[in-house]
Amino acid sequence: MPFLYENRQIVTPGDLLAEGDYLAADNTFRDNEKIYACRLGLVEYRGRKVQVVALNNLYFPAVEDLVIGKVVEVDLHGWNVDINSPYAGNLRASEALSRPFRPQRNELSDFLDVGDVIVAKVIAFDRTRDPSLTTREPELGKITYGQIVRVSPAKIPRVIGRKGSMINMLKNETRCNITVGQNGLISISGRSREDERIAALAIQKIEEEAHTSGLTDRVTEMIRKERSENA
Amino acid sequence: MPKKPKLVNKKGIRTDGRKLDEIRPLKLEVGVVHNADGSAYIEQGKNKILAALYGPREVHPRHLALPDRGILRCRYHMAPFSVDERKSPAPSRREVEISKVIREALEPAIFLERFPRTSIDLFIEVLQADGGTRCASITVASLALADAGIPMKDLVVACAAGKADEHLVLDLNDIEDKEGGADVPVAYMPNFDAVALLQMDGQLTIDEFKETIDLALNGCRQIYAVQKESLKAKYLAAKEETEEVEEE
Repeated sequence: MPFLYENRQIVTPGDLLAEGDYLAADNTFRDNEKIYACRLGLVEYRGRKVQVVALNNLYFPAVEDLVIGKVVEVDLHGWNVDINSPYAGNLRASEALSRPFRPQRNELSDFLDVGDVIVAKVIAFDRTRDPSLTTREPELGKITYGQIVRVSPAKIPRVIGRKGSMINMLKNETRCNITVGQNGLISISGRSREDERIAALAIQKIEEEAHTSGLTDRVTEMIRKERSENA
Repeated sequence: MPKKPKLVNKKGIRTDGRKLDEIRPLKLEVGVVHNADGSAYIEQGKNKILAALYGPREVHPRHLALPDRGILRCRYHMAPFSVDERKSPAPSRREVEISKVIREALEPAIFLERFPRTSIDLFIEVLQADGGTRCASITVASLALADAGIPMKDLVVACAAGKADEHLVLDLNDIEDKEGGADVPVAYMPNFDAVALLQMDGQLTIDEFKETIDLALNGCRQIYAVQKESLKAKYLAAKEETEEVEEE
């Protein structure tokens, strides 16, 4: 028996997607020869690969991911960061400061305090311990101005687009600096509040219509319209 | 003793106008609680139930966390105004038991082992009760799970069947539950043909019992179809809208 659905048809958890010699990819699972969906999403058949593009998802940390988080606790050796995932991120002082650090002398809250928002990268995570973060790379660290918008982590690939097509368009059209965290948080900083507002609006539209086609063009159109109306 | 009410008339019509093998009118809505990670709402006859789901998230208190898998915590609660006589808002023995039963019906459907050291917290609030709330709660809770993007083996759907006035009936309401001869709630995973919950009170012969289960499973399949549609509805609306624009 070959494929049981059309490409990009909506499936719900438990739907039988394919039977036979296929590979169970994202958001699917295998039970003997049968492949089922395990999330609500759009089914995609690519050669032997069967996958589901989830319509909603939670962020599960992975090494090398760029994430945006909020400091929730300062302790002796570093910070605990809420990264919108089941596990809290751990940023050690040595991964945030470029010079030696002594707990007796330095007060960590002078560098980052509760409530600060940071861009960080996941350097280690193996599900037995909470993910470790680092900010010792260019472009990482505390966010001091701009706005944060939140989308479902499942929509992040759509916000970036194929080879970055969507995100590049957004940056050009809105003239904003946009940092996309894999955990669903997006930081926007522009020259004016108005630019930031339009960028946030565009991202909201992408989230709502993520599972439809021809989205990049529609978003471009929306941004231009919004701009001319408020010019 | 007041006279026992008649539950099924000569034509085989029940107190609320249904046929013997008919389920109550069903309305399901997904994503109704904005602050929750996943949520759903069900109206099944006069039942009105809200389910809100949080997590997977850190377990508090910490010692409950398991190193190899996540835990599911479930609270079934009836609002004080959900029944004729005010119900004390404190969790009763019955509510604690139903919470456990619902949790155990949902656990086999969730890939809890993918989220070690976390908990998934499920809150089920019965706003209006009219019999069969444990089944409706399971149906609505599995939608909340799917809405939150938690990986699941299958949706869980539940429906009761039982006996009223010597007739076997599907999806009992409150009077049929209280005055009838038997009540058999069944939770079911349709794609695996697996039963996740089976309870019974009252008396049935073995043949009647078998027939009742078939009836209940039939009800489950009907509800399952509605359940799937409601999950898709949230996203199909946006899709159709844009496709119309493109065609123009």
